[in-house]
Amino acid sequence: MLPHPYTVRQVHRETHDTFTLDLEPLDGDTPPFAPGQFNMLYMYGVGEVPISISGNPADSRTLMHTTREVGSVTRVMRTLQRGDTLGVRGPFGTHWPVLDSEGSDVVIACGGIGLAPLRPALYQILAHREQFGKVVLLYGTRTPNDILFQREIQKWRAQFDLEIYVTVDRAMGNWRGNVGVVTTLIPKAPFDPINTVALVCGPEVMMRFTVQELRKRGVDERNIYLSMERNMKCGIGCCGHCQYGPDLVCRDGPVFRFDHLEPLFGAWEV
Amino acid sequence: METLRPILEQHPFLKGLAPEYIELLTGCAANVRFKEGEYLFREGKKADQFFILRGGRVSLETYAPGRGTILIQTVGEDEVLGWSWLIRPYKWSFDGRALEMTRAISLDARCLRDKCAEDHNLGYEFMQRFADVMVQRLRATHLQLIDMYQGAPRK
Repeated sequence: MLPHPYTVRQVHRETHDTFTLDLEPLDGDTPPFAPGQFNMLYMYGVGEVPISISGNPADSRTLMHTTREVGSVTRVMRTLQRGDTLGVRGPFGTHWPVLDSEGSDVVIACGGIGLAPLRPALYQILAHREQFGKVVLLYGTRTPNDILFQREIQKWRAQFDLEIYVTVDRAMGNWRGNVGVVTTLIPKAPFDPINTVALVCGPEVMMRFTVQELRKRGVDERNIYLSMERNMKCGIGCCGHCQYGPDLVCRDGPVFRFDHLEPLFGAWEV
Repeated sequence: METLRPILEQHPFLKGLAPEYIELLTGCAANVRFKEGEYLFREGKKADQFFILRGGRVSLETYAPGRGTILIQTVGEDEVLGWSWLIRPYKWSFDGRALEMTRAISLDARCLRDKCAEDHNLGYEFMQRFADVMVQRLRATHLQLIDMYQGAPRK
């Protein structure tokens, strides 16, 4: 339960309100993690927040987290500089079924900062690319200025074995990319719905409509996985803050198979 | 003589349309091409045609004084563009601008409107198909308006 001290190696400004921290442990090695898992990041004297791991699971030297400035802790976190220290507990939670999806097409559908917890899955897929069918990334954000990991997306786009579709909700006249919500990409995306595993992450309303479109296209609900957000406090299933019906998101999630969530998914209050 | 009939028959928007209606559409169809930046139509002007897109992308836009051009939606290959021709007052609701070289089939709507008035089965077919398009765009607008990315999945 005690946080391990890590030092900030680098801070990357991703967009006007998001940033990525590269961390390295002050002692010992970075513990291994699976794509989709999260850590509790502790700003000493301020508080602790759950943040998805956004780096490469094969990189044992650096631990990366991408986050948005939304609360008191992340606002202070934003002021961190190279050499500063913070505490890390984790990794916690369930993970994307990347290696179990070998032989299938994989559709990664994400909205906003939901790309961050899916980036490790993409790294893992690319490291074993020949073992998957088509790999499609569908990514939607509010505006062109909110697109995360822009350089990396450009690099992935140049690969012949990855289909990348980015769309924004609104744009001004100089934008040459797609405009429209991420769900509009699903009917046209090149994948075989019968043999597809879909990994979905974003705000719940985005995931709700994304699941609808995936099902309409013919993807089996047992092949759809979602990462849920709840107010996680302890990370180990003790405090109950993140209860979601019979589950605790920090312990039983954040990644769930859709058919497990379905009875409660979309309910106004859980 | 080669006609546009096979292209119309295979287009997803017209799939399943009775052969006599495809024949009718073929008579009103013309192959068109738009260079990058060229306007297919302008907001407020008469909507006397619609487009079956074969390649390229078109941006639906509106102009807001003081803010400039706002992009509403992008429409691309295998989609249909324009329903204003079917609904009074038959005027375009947005600008349509080619984002890249765009190939399309333009359909003369003046002729089709008359045919729809004469043959209600044809009118119903078009109404149904375009109602689908309108509903899809309305749903997309709904999602845009609720700003679904506002709630971040994690801090």
